[in-house]
Amino acid sequence: MILELKNIQAFYGNLQVLKGVTIKINEGEIIALIGANGAGKTTTLMSVCGVVPPRFGEIYFMDKPIHNMSPDKIVALGISQVPEGRRIFPLLSVMENLDMGAFLRKDKAGIKQDLEYVFELFPVLAERRHQSGGTLSGGEQQMLAISRAIMARPKLLLLDEPSLGLAPLIVKQIFEIIRKFNTESGTTIFLVEQNANLALKTADRGYVMETGSITIQDTTKNLLKNEEVKKAYLGL
Amino acid sequence: MDWLYFLELFLSGLTKGSIYALIALGYTMVYGIIQLINFAHGEVYMIGAFTGLIVASILTLLGLNTLSILLLASMAAIIYSAAYGFTIEKIAYKPLRQAPRLSPLISAIGMSIFLQNYVMIAQTSDFMPFPSLIPDFEFMEPYAHIIGSPELVIILTTMVVMIFLTVLIKFTRIGKAMRATAQDKGMAMLVGVNIDRVISMTFIIGTALAAVGGILTACHVGQINFYIGFLAGLKAFTAAVLGGIGSIPGAVLGGLVLGLTESFGTGYISSDYEDVFAFTLLILILIFRPAGILGRSTTQKV
Repeated sequence: MILELKNIQAFYGNLQVLKGVTIKINEGEIIALIGANGAGKTTTLMSVCGVVPPRFGEIYFMDKPIHNMSPDKIVALGISQVPEGRRIFPLLSVMENLDMGAFLRKDKAGIKQDLEYVFELFPVLAERRHQSGGTLSGGEQQMLAISRAIMARPKLLLLDEPSLGLAPLIVKQIFEIIRKFNTESGTTIFLVEQNANLALKTADRGYVMETGSITIQDTTKNLLKNEEVKKAYLGL
Repeated sequence: MDWLYFLELFLSGLTKGSIYALIALGYTMVYGIIQLINFAHGEVYMIGAFTGLIVASILTLLGLNTLSILLLASMAAIIYSAAYGFTIEKIAYKPLRQAPRLSPLISAIGMSIFLQNYVMIAQTSDFMPFPSLIPDFEFMEPYAHIIGSPELVIILTTMVVMIFLTVLIKFTRIGKAMRATAQDKGMAMLVGVNIDRVISMTFIIGTALAAVGGILTACHVGQINFYIGFLAGLKAFTAAVLGGIGSIPGAVLGGLVLGLTESFGTGYISSDYEDVFAFTLLILILIFRPAGILGRSTTQKV
């Protein structure tokens, strides 16, 4: 098991957002976490990253407790996130944004290799490498955000709503690349999506979250057939 | 038109502006990272000058030559002021990082008043003579009626410091981390930047620059007291706002524009209104370019 959330509870001030979330992720899997707006999906990822540390419960990454660690230490262990809304550094160039992804790495040769790899995944970034991040289109920014996370050479990649606000064609392309990256590198992916249909078709297993708790968990094959999921999230 | 007089005013404005720029950089860098006006910044400039005076006095007693006194006193002032900058952030601002924006601002004003009074009690409220540590260079003699050696040293030092800072911000790891943190603190955390360290580093660099400004001005003016940081800080803050707060080239430009305005205003109109020119310029800029000369207008998301 690469990541284990044990009954975590997280709060914003006095407002409880996560009410005991347990999730287990195996190495190499793609896991989807689906749920409505405000269910606590983003908070779950932020808890893993140490930005919103859980008040109760435990998080283990490769059997190591990380629920009390600062974000930079957690990144150093090999977790990187593509946050909701992409969060590109707008005034840094594409190159500098990618450099920031590899901020904690010292292996120059490895960084160069990964840079070539992300330019191969997203050739448009190579064309725009000297442009500042803020001038890219939404789709290009999403590609850059994913590439920036890959540049950390993570063991676990957290993706928060990568489809948000993008044209269907771009979304399709990005999800294909996510799949491809998972198969080629064996990196475990934890995917949070509101677009349940897409997420469940991409992932191996899925969790359904409702107001801060996990209500259903199963393989995505079964979830796609599950009547409740179909009605609430797939619009069928 | 008297070109020589014009040149003289220009160079004296440049000298003044250089000092404003050095101090303004500290304001703008800190603002860029944590959106706080560090009102104690002027006091660190004053503390730099005092440290310089104390160290220079001791070294003079030991009989060192002027140039080595200047270098050692500057070094001591830089280290001491940077230590102050680091500590001020830890004591007065860090505990308030999650607080409403007004709280750290008030804390900053408190820190400023505290430091002024502390220096007044620990040292004196009188003006202290400051030795002219910058020697009159021989090769400057033919030009002495246009620009003195101290002015030349101030302008050149500032230029060197600016180049150094630009390289640091643009090309080094910490510089990149600082820019990233300024643009999106949360995201910088998510790529593994230690925010606390970046903030500390910003304070250290900013206050070190203020110390350089403090020593150079003190050499030039020839006297210091506990209150010099107030007006210098206010002017430098004006310069930072003028150039666009948060923008590093803006702080430099703002400082130079302010210095030149004051110099030409005093030279061609009246020296009684020196400060009036500075603040009139500020008001005009804020009316027509609220974000400052190089500032980017930000729309706040709600």
